Amino acid sequence: MQALTNRSKVVVDKKMTLMERIYVPAIVSGMMITFSHLFKKKATIQYPEQQREFSFVYRGKHILKRDEQGRENCTACGLCAVSCPAEAITIIAGERKKGEEHLYREEKYASLYEINMLRCIFCGLCEEACPKDAVYLTEELVPALYNRKDFIYGKDKLVQPLGTSAHPKTYKPYKK
Amino acid sequence: MEIPVEFLIEKTIIIIVVFTVSLVTAMYSTYAERKVSALLQDRIGPNRAGPFGLMQPLADGIKFIFKEEIIPSSSNKGLFILGPSIAMLTACMTGAVIPWGDYLEINGEQVLLQVTDINIGVLYIFAVVSIGVYGVMIGGWASNNKFSLMGAIRASSQMISYEIAMGLAIIALIMTTGTLSIREIVEQQTTDFWNIIYQPLGFFIFMVCSFAECNRTPFDLPECEAELVGGYHTEYSSMKLGLYLFAEYINMFISSAVMSAFYFGGYDIPYIETLGLSPNLVTILGSAFFFSKILAFIFLFMWVRWTLPRFRYDQLMNLGWKIMIPLAIINIILTGACILIF
Repeated sequence: MQALTNRSKVVVDKKMTLMERIYVPAIVSGMMITFSHLFKKKATIQYPEQQREFSFVYRGKHILKRDEQGRENCTACGLCAVSCPAEAITIIAGERKKGEEHLYREEKYASLYEINMLRCIFCGLCEEACPKDAVYLTEELVPALYNRKDFIYGKDKLVQPLGTSAHPKTYKPYKK
Repeated sequence: MEIPVEFLIEKTIIIIVVFTVSLVTAMYSTYAERKVSALLQDRIGPNRAGPFGLMQPLADGIKFIFKEEIIPSSSNKGLFILGPSIAMLTACMTGAVIPWGDYLEINGEQVLLQVTDINIGVLYIFAVVSIGVYGVMIGGWASNNKFSLMGAIRASSQMISYEIAMGLAIIALIMTTGTLSIREIVEQQTTDFWNIIYQPLGFFIFMVCSFAECNRTPFDLPECEAELVGGYHTEYSSMKLGLYLFAEYINMFISSAVMSAFYFGGYDIPYIETLGLSPNLVTILGSAFFFSKILAFIFLFMWVRWTLPRFRYDQLMNLGWKIMIPLAIINIILTGACILIF
């Protein structure tokens, strides 16, 4: 069989020579290797202060988008909830009243939109299912909390804040 | 017999200083252990508690004290408490005979930087270290747990078998120095070469055996996590566990001190007398030099720990009985021959 790399070594069950049986040279060379690591660049990332750069396709906390005029995109069609394999999304639809045209883009909107972040597996299927460009997964992380019920994110935590202008097609986190 | 008050005060101060220094060094050895292991593994290590994480040992100590104390109901309570106490006591006792420095002149009085200079210092250290085995054995047995018992059996058999080779290595040293007082051994090295020149093989055997005596990797079988959970301290919690772990670090400090006193000249700085400094300054510099040697040995202990894997139990025994002891005997014969010839 052709070897894939030139790094493979054939295992030989030969008797060890005297130098090998003394062990000390091998131990010293091993200690030299570990000593050289004292001065190497450290791999640690100091987490809360420093953050690792995310991949462009990273899927983190969800966001409910607004359009250019600041109206919510979501029409509470429920496709995201249906597509969700973990059944993490709950939606209750509401009807847009007169004078709320600046808040919701279409006549129907989600009066309740909850995602259970403990159920969510961050697969991104809700994002794929959404016909209205409303739900996206950002690069933000869901923080650790003390209570289970705090992990149920409502519209207060999910909707894009007013006045922010993130491009609806991008995964990038919206700038505050 | 009447004991002068000045003598008592002087010795009390020295005892307190030695005790504090060995405890603080052991405390910061835990910090150093974590830092060295981190650096050798391309990590940073503790850096949150205080600047550079320097308060970490304090935080660990507070955590140990406030943890829940569990004494298993099936254990032998008296012995269960006695185990860590013996381990800690013996670890602290060995520091008494080690010469931490030369004379210091205060108000025309000569103060010896050593708790007591007994003429059988080497034997004293061996005797006290041997009692240390009881701490481990009693703790392991009193836990009434098979893992603890296995750990204790391993620890005691390992310590006993390596003590033989260690003792034989010391015999060769004593043949060349002709004294059992540690201060005299160090004094001889201030005028002559360091003993490492005369006893390289003896030093090597002594070093390997002290690794085994301190239960450090590659000989840390008594607390081998992979097969024995925690070894002899499986059932221990809170500060009792802390005392066991702490005793290990004090032992490491003391054996580093013994190694540098026996083989590396103790507080001797070569050719310091040619500089013509005042005797007090020379003494202080000597003590600092002794301390830096100790720290270097502690670093060696950690360096080896984070480089080598653990021995298998049969390999450990093979090494102890079939290699170390014959080597030590050969060393004695060679030393004897050299003494006869020269």
